[in-house]
Amino acid sequence: MTEQYVADFKAFAGNGAGGAPAWLRKIREGAIARFAELGFPTTKQEEWRFTSVAPIKETRFALAHAAGAQPPSVAAIEPLLVCPPGSPRMVFVDGRYAPELSSVGGLPRGVHAGSLAVALTSGRNGELARQHLTRHARWHESAFAALNTAFLADGAFVHVAAHTILEQPLELLFVATGGRQPTVSHPRSLIVVERDAQAAVVEGYAALTDDVYWTNGVTEAVVGEGARVEYYRVQREGRRAYHVATTQSRQERDSFFGLHAVTLGGALARHDVLTALDGAGAELILNGLYVLRDSQHADHHTVIEHARPHCASHEFFNGVLDQRAHGVFNGRIIVRPGAQRTDSKQTNNNLLLSTDARADSQPQLEIYADDVKCTHGSTVGPIDQTALYYLRSRGLSPEMAQSLLTYGFAAEILGRMGRADVRDRLDPLVRAALA
Amino acid sequence: MSSGIEAQVLQPYKYGFVTDIEADVVPPGLSEDVIRLISAKKGEPEWMLEWRLKAYRNWLKMPEPHWSNVTYGPIDYQGISYYAAPKQRPKLESLDQVDPKLIETFEKLGIPIEERKRLAGVAVDAVFDSVSVATTFRETLAQQGIIFCAISEAIREHPDLVRKYLGSVVPHNDNFFAALNSAVFTDGSFAYIPKGVRCPLELSTYFRINASSTGQFERTLIVAEEGSYVSYLEGCSAPVRDENQLHAAVVELVALDDATIKYSTIQNWYPGDEEGRGGIYNFVTKRGACRGKNSKISWTQVETGSAITWKYPGCILQGDNSIGEFYSVAVTNQRQQADTGTKMIHLGKNTRSTIVSKGISAGRGQNTYRGLVKILKGADHARNYSQCDSMLIGDKCGAHTFPYIDVRNSTAIMEHEASTSKIGEDQIFYAKQRGVSAEDAVSMIVNGFCKEVFKELPMEFAVEAQRLLGISLEGSVG
Repeated sequence: MTEQYVADFKAFAGNGAGGAPAWLRKIREGAIARFAELGFPTTKQEEWRFTSVAPIKETRFALAHAAGAQPPSVAAIEPLLVCPPGSPRMVFVDGRYAPELSSVGGLPRGVHAGSLAVALTSGRNGELARQHLTRHARWHESAFAALNTAFLADGAFVHVAAHTILEQPLELLFVATGGRQPTVSHPRSLIVVERDAQAAVVEGYAALTDDVYWTNGVTEAVVGEGARVEYYRVQREGRRAYHVATTQSRQERDSFFGLHAVTLGGALARHDVLTALDGAGAELILNGLYVLRDSQHADHHTVIEHARPHCASHEFFNGVLDQRAHGVFNGRIIVRPGAQRTDSKQTNNNLLLSTDARADSQPQLEIYADDVKCTHGSTVGPIDQTALYYLRSRGLSPEMAQSLLTYGFAAEILGRMGRADVRDRLDPLVRAALA
Repeated sequence: MSSGIEAQVLQPYKYGFVTDIEADVVPPGLSEDVIRLISAKKGEPEWMLEWRLKAYRNWLKMPEPHWSNVTYGPIDYQGISYYAAPKQRPKLESLDQVDPKLIETFEKLGIPIEERKRLAGVAVDAVFDSVSVATTFRETLAQQGIIFCAISEAIREHPDLVRKYLGSVVPHNDNFFAALNSAVFTDGSFAYIPKGVRCPLELSTYFRINASSTGQFERTLIVAEEGSYVSYLEGCSAPVRDENQLHAAVVELVALDDATIKYSTIQNWYPGDEEGRGGIYNFVTKRGACRGKNSKISWTQVETGSAITWKYPGCILQGDNSIGEFYSVAVTNQRQQADTGTKMIHLGKNTRSTIVSKGISAGRGQNTYRGLVKILKGADHARNYSQCDSMLIGDKCGAHTFPYIDVRNSTAIMEHEASTSKIGEDQIFYAKQRGVSAEDAVSMIVNGFCKEVFKELPMEFAVEAQRLLGISLEGSVG
């Protein structure tokens, strides 16, 4: 099936691909060749043991391109937004920036948020993009990241200059509109927060369609020395959608990065979260919540790489699995030689609400330094009968007690999120998913 | 920690001597003819040979696995001699006729094969290279209907039992090394505990590799009938050599209704020298099937030897209410590598499993815990608890944890916890301040760390294990 994508790439590259600079065109060529070489992963491969991408492989996806199509109205977009009203936002329709739906006018000095396609061709931003784009996400190792890189055309480009503070959360919303035949988009985002700057970014994925479509995204985030970044990722794709994504972060000295991934949508979803603590004293908080039902399948692979000493990472992933849902969690902590005084903690808890639900959990520690404190824990189980009994003895109905306990389990993750304004907006979404 | 760690004073491997004994060694190489020869030497029936050949033909088609977290050069399967036996009179009437050199060897290893030196009631099957040289206390055991003998003897004397159970837990095509073992296994122990019998002695097998350029491929089969109980101990050692020798064993346990099997291993194969030259490749398949209701299989292992240890003693919890346990201490020092853990497959209702794994890495050792807990659809109310702790001594070693958890039943509860940390510097300081040497302090801390596992071992073994651990880690702290 890879030939189809190679052919599509030829057509895509032949069109000039939006006037991309030469350096990028070269990388794209390399990426499509790498994709053809790797092919779609199979469940024989360790990294894909529990997730079959056969439905993606066997569907013929046309490259989504909204050109000529009627763009959605602002009214259609608004219910899909997560951030409080009035927050700056960038909206992407089928992977392409839609300025008429976006509002980035009131951003403070030093903050730039715009289309990546535009940034690539402009002087200063183009140089910044060249410096970072495709340099962090390892497309050589992942077929999907390679495919995204090959079709790299548009997405968000966010730059926060040194010592700048962005108070309001910036929302990036990726909307799929579907089409007569299945389509694929390859949104690509780059977030660069420079030294001692602060920002919060909310990346959302949503659909205006029930059609089959595929989002294959990659986001690279660079957190400079002493910078603080809160990054939320809310995946609410359509019920028949496929979602594959890589989020790659790189942190410099004394920086803070909080990554909060909430997965509610999609028929088949796979999210690779790769983080590198590449400066002494960096701190990472990695939270995840997946609430799945029907025959939804969501797979989270996280890698926390402690490359430097004195770094701390805390990871919490909770999953609520109902009906025939299948949740996969694979979390790896790597402590490189010399990364002494690492403090790393990882927890994955899964709640099974139905006999047909399934959870696979693989917490992993790979440690090459000795002066470290690393722990991981993982649990899978039904609702605690004694807790249920306690609530019922206080007069709550069984349904009420179950719903309270399930919500409490999910809310544990919400409670760990840094920004109250975003958390308050996420809360009803999670409640709706649990209902 | 102070730079003194580097000043390692490594105690030489104590069991590294070679017994000078005339041996009957088959030339290196593997082919159907070699298998026919082994089978003929053992005087095996036709069905056994057929089974071996089937395994061999399968093995030829299998690729060698390389997914483990260990590295080693290619193994030349044609460079290994698949049969080596000390020459002796063909038929032994009593222990007095065993070659004194052999008795001496086992005496040196601390294994009493003379019955009068009975050690707290342990019956021993001593395996020297490819053959079992002596099995003690057979009569005492036979009075209760217990069969304890070399497996090659069991194939001849109790073919129905062997045929029924051999390969029923680890099929001949289970994996690459199990298939190789099925084709060429030479000896090992067979134990059969009849219905309702509680085995009065600890059964034990001691494996010794002596000849060079050989591999050891033993096969152990233990069957515990309804309501019976047996505790089995396994020990091993090998001479110091620069070459790597392959040890690919298979152990199968079958526990029927209400039966309990307790299997303890102290693995002390030659670990190689500080540069990583020589040592045994210990690639073993061990699996127990809790076939009956309320049955229980408990694995306890102390892995201090071998250049590479790669094994996952597992339990298939088939019977309702059956219990699987795994207690492990794995030590890697110098350049040793270990990739070990367990597999717990829950099939029956109310099945329970406990995993306690303690990994200790020192020197340049790499220690990996890898385990699978699988709870299948029918395993209502299954329960698992896993705890994997790693301790690091020195800054050039590594500790890794790769648990696989697969739950398909919503009434099941499984918990996994793991931690990795450095040996407590303040604890060492405290002990030193009280006049305890750094070495003793480390030994004390490590023994405390491993206590949960050691308490599962039979008493004599626990003493031996603590001593071994002390030797393995000697010199790892300055």
